[in-house]
Amino acid sequence: MNNKNHEPLFHVSKRDALPWQKAWAIRGAAILAALIVCGVITMITTGDNPISIYKTIFQGAFGSPRKSWVSCQNISILLLISLALTPAFKMRFWNIGGEGQILMGGLGAAACMICLGDKVPGAVLICLMVVSSLTAGAVWGLIPALFKAKWNTNETLATLMMNYIAIQLVAYYIIKWEVPKGSGKIGIINQNTNAGWLPQLFGMKYLLPIVVAVAATVLMYIYLNYSKQGYEISVVGESENTARYVGIKVETVIIRTMLISGALCGLAGLLLVGGINHTITTTITDGQGFTAVMVSWLAKFNPFAMIFTSFLIILLGRGAGGISTAFGLNQSFADIITGIILFFIIGCEFFITYKISFRKKAGKEETV
Amino acid sequence: MFDIVSFIPRAVSQGIPLLYGSTGEILTEKTGNLNLGIPGVMYVGAISGVIGSFFYEQSGNINGFLAIAIPMLCSLVGSFLMGLLYCFLTVSLRANQNVTGLAMTTFGIGFGNFFGGSLIKLTNSDVPSIALSKTSAYFSKTLPIAGSTGVFGKLFLSYGFLAYLAIIIALLASYVLNHTRIGLHLRSVGESPSTADAAGINVTLYKYGATCIGCMIAGLGGLYYVMDYASGVWSNDAFGDRGWLAIALVIFTIWRPTTSIFASILFGGLYILYLFIPSGIDHMEMKELYKMIPYIVTLVVLVITSMRNKRENQPPASLGLPYFREER
Repeated sequence: MNNKNHEPLFHVSKRDALPWQKAWAIRGAAILAALIVCGVITMITTGDNPISIYKTIFQGAFGSPRKSWVSCQNISILLLISLALTPAFKMRFWNIGGEGQILMGGLGAAACMICLGDKVPGAVLICLMVVSSLTAGAVWGLIPALFKAKWNTNETLATLMMNYIAIQLVAYYIIKWEVPKGSGKIGIINQNTNAGWLPQLFGMKYLLPIVVAVAATVLMYIYLNYSKQGYEISVVGESENTARYVGIKVETVIIRTMLISGALCGLAGLLLVGGINHTITTTITDGQGFTAVMVSWLAKFNPFAMIFTSFLIILLGRGAGGISTAFGLNQSFADIITGIILFFIIGCEFFITYKISFRKKAGKEETV
Repeated sequence: MFDIVSFIPRAVSQGIPLLYGSTGEILTEKTGNLNLGIPGVMYVGAISGVIGSFFYEQSGNINGFLAIAIPMLCSLVGSFLMGLLYCFLTVSLRANQNVTGLAMTTFGIGFGNFFGGSLIKLTNSDVPSIALSKTSAYFSKTLPIAGSTGVFGKLFLSYGFLAYLAIIIALLASYVLNHTRIGLHLRSVGESPSTADAAGINVTLYKYGATCIGCMIAGLGGLYYVMDYASGVWSNDAFGDRGWLAIALVIFTIWRPTTSIFASILFGGLYILYLFIPSGIDHMEMKELYKMIPYIVTLVVLVITSMRNKRENQPPASLGLPYFREER
């Protein structure tokens, strides 16, 4: 301490585990700060007063019963995709190929609807759709997993490339099946017969994805925290060498986990094609495979926390959409707002893991 | 008939944005930062340039030097700020690089489309695009002899100055990385930050520097695309997935900017190959399959490099990992 010139203004050290209330308080503060910044930016671009901006955000997402239902449906799809990616992330396998796996799942479902729509009875068709979309998603997840397990190929880039291969494959089939010829798109599939349309639960149009997502959340929580396989995933994620030492077959775990991850993404694709849109386009996923990466990570891979994070993302996305409609702004405004919120939440993790100690004149240190 | 003389110039002009993006990303990755925000950065670079040139064109008289300097400066500043943001989050705040990168991509593409859309509205035009033909003419100006030298001129001289700049930057980056002390330090930071730190290298400074410069180079790729390739026409989402392809190129070239020159032209060729393969009117769907080729090639190269597992072909050892001095 004699040589004060060389002591930095502050230094950073790792915290012991922070009690969860405090951790969530920090995250809450970050979200609040982000909302204020977004409010200010919206105020500058629209000239509206902040209170009514937040009101417009909320009304854009939950302003009418229909809007609320659509928001809930979007939340559940995003939640489902995030859940699908989570086991892979826990294993430190950066599956950013959700986009492709969803598309393949959707393609599997669409293929059944189009090719078998008038040949087999409805219930059989739906079973076939479930099987084919889960398989297609799982296969798309399996390919990078095999490379990773066998040759340690970088999975981030492999899954990324698989996305584009899937997009082109879907584009190929869209032109092959296009109705009417030359339009470059598939209209609503089986509009007259409704063959292969997933059933509506209790006569409510938007309920099915919500039920599926809730069930998936609970099951995924149990799988990750209370099953042997879930434990193996955590061990592989923490340290592959430890896993090998205790006799876990790392390759098997990687392949098995990616099969689950891909199949769940395929399920999301099935819901999108069979339950919601009744058609397939290359943009049906709307970037949610990437958004889900962030949803899952923000929730610290906890399935129940993901309900909240996906709610937050959808609320802001649709809310900012509401603002852009109300003030005649561009729809991409939502992406900017989402980006800002994400930066704040990403940044706040630092203050949960580390503490900053400032230099004090007397040589004593005050910790913040 | 496969028209090679018209194919190659188009492949080159498709490849130049990829070359900028991949050179920038190589510099970044060599210090251990896997910046998945490059697609966003390229959008921001492009739109910043567009904004600059839009307001310059609005101001009236056009001067050749300023017409190039203003958009370029705007583009560099825009992408520099994105780089700074990425570094602040991942280096100073040690956030996860994949998540930060993806968030930057979301933000950057949104930023580009938002301001692009707003400018389109300002011009009150009927088509959803902005045409900046006056400034763009300076960007795509070729050497006066290009037209009169026949095939040679068409193949080598028919590009705007940004295309040659891309190649110069790539050669320069390669020289700096492999033959200077700065490059040695930079690579050591990417291979083992703790060793570099112990040797007295300022890890934070190198990470910030390389990432910000890398982002600025990538941003120029966006600028080239709008100002030269698209002749000053900005329309939302036109830039597409080229940013991701640039990241893929980094692996394809095994982290070598010089290889990237040829590889990006090859990729540019693969990107537009579907326009040149005759498929007939009955089989339009085959074109969609040809568009798949660049991605499949990248995947194959990725797998082959990992299979051969040669020491010199491996990614920087600390790629994607945050560095914290007090952690062991």
